[in-house]
Amino acid sequence: MEGLEQIKARIKAAVPGAKIDIVPNPSPANQPSLVIDNEHARDVARFLCDDPALRLDYCSNVTGIDWLDRSVKKTVKVKKVVDGEEKEVVETTEEKLPGYLEAVYHLYSMAHKHGPVIIRMRTADRAENACLPSLTPVWRSAEFQEREIFDLYGVRFDGHPDLRRILMWDEFEDHPMRKDYREPNDYEYEPTPHDDVLEKAKGHYTSRPAEEELKPS
Amino acid sequence: MSEGIDEGLRSKLQQQGVWVTSVQELYNWGRKNSIWPLQFGLACCAIEMIATAASRYDIARFGGEVFRPSPRQADLMIVAGTVTKKMAPQIVRLYNQMADPKYVIAMGACAISGGPFKQGYNVLKGIDRYIPVDVYIPGCPPRPEALLHAFMELQSKIDEQKLSGANKAAHLEPEEPSEFPVPEFGKHDLEPPANPNVFRPPAIERA
Repeated sequence: MEGLEQIKARIKAAVPGAKIDIVPNPSPANQPSLVIDNEHARDVARFLCDDPALRLDYCSNVTGIDWLDRSVKKTVKVKKVVDGEEKEVVETTEEKLPGYLEAVYHLYSMAHKHGPVIIRMRTADRAENACLPSLTPVWRSAEFQEREIFDLYGVRFDGHPDLRRILMWDEFEDHPMRKDYREPNDYEYEPTPHDDVLEKAKGHYTSRPAEEELKPS
Repeated sequence: MSEGIDEGLRSKLQQQGVWVTSVQELYNWGRKNSIWPLQFGLACCAIEMIATAASRYDIARFGGEVFRPSPRQADLMIVAGTVTKKMAPQIVRLYNQMADPKYVIAMGACAISGGPFKQGYNVLKGIDRYIPVDVYIPGCPPRPEALLHAFMELQSKIDEQKLSGANKAAHLEPEEPSEFPVPEFGKHDLEPPANPNVFRPPAIERA
């Protein structure tokens, strides 16, 4: 199978205006992926599916990722004039990056027995604009998994044929796989509490009566 | 043992070929040897329950082989597996539809307390939050022998139930509820998260 750089170039030729970025993966898995802009996602997906050299006709897995708002600190050495002398001063600038939700598709080719090609799409933010184009019209197997992402992450897929919650009940309002989700606090007993669970379990403890009170009078 | 008759006299009578019993004893003997479980399974514990019902372990030896597909015909609910919050209202509804006298076995860690999923958001932390449980079997999953043990425990429990008097069996008390409110699907959790009339967890004393 051709490399991602080559695939990127061919997508750009086939789908004019498409913005494609390559996300490198420095981990041992070494599976870089393509970030596709939402506007052209359907056309790009159609190209990947139908292109005779690629024929990525099998979408094996779709999953979501929640990226919280984060701030990146950058330290820059700047030359400044302090007290009439030129000195090197270290300045830190903090840049705030807004969070977003991401959908990741793992694509294989049954025809050519190759893959995976991993594509990603990103939402504008984590709240009202958490929308992505659905790729179910291209790969039917994405239908339930996009519903699962809708249920657990709260990404709305435009063009999905049947966008309902798939695991939780319809009245449920939260999205449990989001990193800022807090489950209802209904513990009554925890045999081996630790870390966060210990903090939570402490709220359910009653204080042990003092030894004097236990002694028979 | 029948009340009101001396055990020694009873034994002597038996040696002479006279068998004395009581209505309560006969009634409970009949009930405990013909417990019909409700046929449903929720997770991997159900596989063990199926093994218990099959030829190798053979729950028929204890009179429990008639798994009924309808709650109207069942005496025993074996909650075999993880009860998700989405499934819990249906379990309570099935329990409500069973005819008295009815019994519940909570099979496995999940049915008792949520088990390995206790810290999750989607699993009920024990079916005893909504319905009364007669026998708890720990295990993940419990072996068929454990389910048979629970079954025998239930049999001895039925055998001891009184038909009259102050502490007669709960199903004979008109005031005792035999149906329990079905929880509603709430915005964040089941509403209510537990039935306080049924669920009384022990308070944990820790310094």
